[in-house]
Amino acid sequence: MTLRLILMLGWLALGLALAASPARAERLIVSVSNHRVTVTPNYSGEELVLFGSVEKDANTPANRTYDLVVTVAGPRADMVTRRKERRFGIWINTDSRQFLGVPTYLALFSNRPFDAIASPEVQRRQQLGLNNVLLTQRVGPDYADVVPDDAFRSAFVRLRKQHGLYREETSAVTFLTPTLFRTGIPLPAEVPIGLYNVEIKLFADGALVAKTDTAFEIVKVGFEQFVATTAQQHGFVYGLITAFMALMTGWMASIVFRKD
Amino acid sequence: MQLYLPIADIPVNVFLILAMGAAVGFVSGMFGIGGGFLMTPLLIFVGIAPAVAVASVASHIAASSFSGAISYWRRRAIDPLLALVLLTGGTLGTALGVWTFTLLRSLGQLDLMIATSYVILLTTVGALMFWEGLRALLRARRGGPVTTRRPGSHVWIHGLPLKMRFKRSKIYLSVIPVVVIGLIIGFIGAVMGIGGGFILVPLLIYVLRVPTSTVIGTSMVLTLVTMVFATMLHAVTNHLVDAVLALILMVGGVTGAQFGARAGQKIRGEHLRLLLGLLVLAVGVRFAVELVIRPEDLFTIRETGVTG
Repeated sequence: MTLRLILMLGWLALGLALAASPARAERLIVSVSNHRVTVTPNYSGEELVLFGSVEKDANTPANRTYDLVVTVAGPRADMVTRRKERRFGIWINTDSRQFLGVPTYLALFSNRPFDAIASPEVQRRQQLGLNNVLLTQRVGPDYADVVPDDAFRSAFVRLRKQHGLYREETSAVTFLTPTLFRTGIPLPAEVPIGLYNVEIKLFADGALVAKTDTAFEIVKVGFEQFVATTAQQHGFVYGLITAFMALMTGWMASIVFRKD
Repeated sequence: MQLYLPIADIPVNVFLILAMGAAVGFVSGMFGIGGGFLMTPLLIFVGIAPAVAVASVASHIAASSFSGAISYWRRRAIDPLLALVLLTGGTLGTALGVWTFTLLRSLGQLDLMIATSYVILLTTVGALMFWEGLRALLRARRGGPVTTRRPGSHVWIHGLPLKMRFKRSKIYLSVIPVVVIGLIIGFIGAVMGIGGGFILVPLLIYVLRVPTSTVIGTSMVLTLVTMVFATMLHAVTNHLVDAVLALILMVGGVTGAQFGARAGQKIRGEHLRLLLGLLVLAVGVRFAVELVIRPEDLFTIRETGVTG
């Protein structure tokens, strides 16, 4: 069922693309500095660079000025946001909302404020800015995204921002020439591992004129990754090894510090 | 030197954790306790998730109690039979504790549960110890005989059936209270990430009348086995044991414990109990304050599952 739907959508997209291609005047060519970021035990965050250019053809109106919005979305996960309230004199978790399939990392970069790039309507449709990005919540039996100033939604975004995992910078994209651009993608130390999608949207005169995407992957390597996967997949062996390690350390200590 | 902890999923300073391990080890060596009740809160205060802290400290306590148990065994200061009976209750209690831990975690109330049990347990035990230490001190100052309270009168516990003779401790008593005590210690140990030595030792002395010659060694055996068992269960059910974190703590802990033990021999017993009481009380109050004052942020986020 889903497969057929995807296939149908695929054909539809292809058809649209073919139909649209003669009218399409710009093409985006982009690349990220590293398609595979490895997280080692002493990883303390790094910055990727995305660069690209706007290719014009004969149909392109001359002297067009461009705006660019880059959306980087990390692997998706379900998350719960809980709110503490004062009950019987102490602060305890009471109300909660579940966010379904939201990006664990989300960054939106542009060359100037979103309000200057497009109308509020276009901003909403194209999900420009953290206020317009779709974050699905489960409220009781319903699934919906709520207004941007919803207490749980804004707390969620604020907390993710504090950890550097959600970010919005409206001056991060720089045009080196009128058609050549670059932006940095900062990845904090606690960046989640997985596949990251980068979506680049080109706007001219408040309308979307071209878009493309690319991706990069963040992988943990080495001993640390080995530990994490073993803990997840072979809990029993992992527990045995940890327990054995504890006993060995204790035994060694009793030998090293033996007084008699 | 920054090191990324694989399970806790945060980078930490190795020397900070090592120093914490050593400091807690010093205290534990000084008072002859496992020190879990200090280690778990410290880890929580530096930003490690309470669940990971509880699970990882279990293996750290296993290490320090093993080195302790070995030296007590050499001195024949362990009652094997008493330890065995305590353990039957202890393992059951640990299993119950880990099960409760998993349940509370899924309900989102684990952190609250850990905090409130710390408040209740530590303030009560700390206040009792402090009071007891203070009284002993005053009695000593007045010049009266310093009685190690071991009254010979029979209480209801000695009327229970299923009596057994524990030869090395030279006591004759029912196995029921022994198993129950093991059960309680195992349970709170697994839920709170403490060895429970600081509760077990007074219980063994005052309730079961175990002589001081075997009490610490025997309690260490119980701590050791329940903590090894807790490590295993936490690793299998919750996948929360951070071996890297645990190893750093262990190395710091066992080293610090040696110096602590030397320092402890220079201080008088009553002073020691008074100090320990104060310390336990302070940790309890710290947790209470945390619960009562308005948290800096009312909202928290937790990942519940990976989709797609």
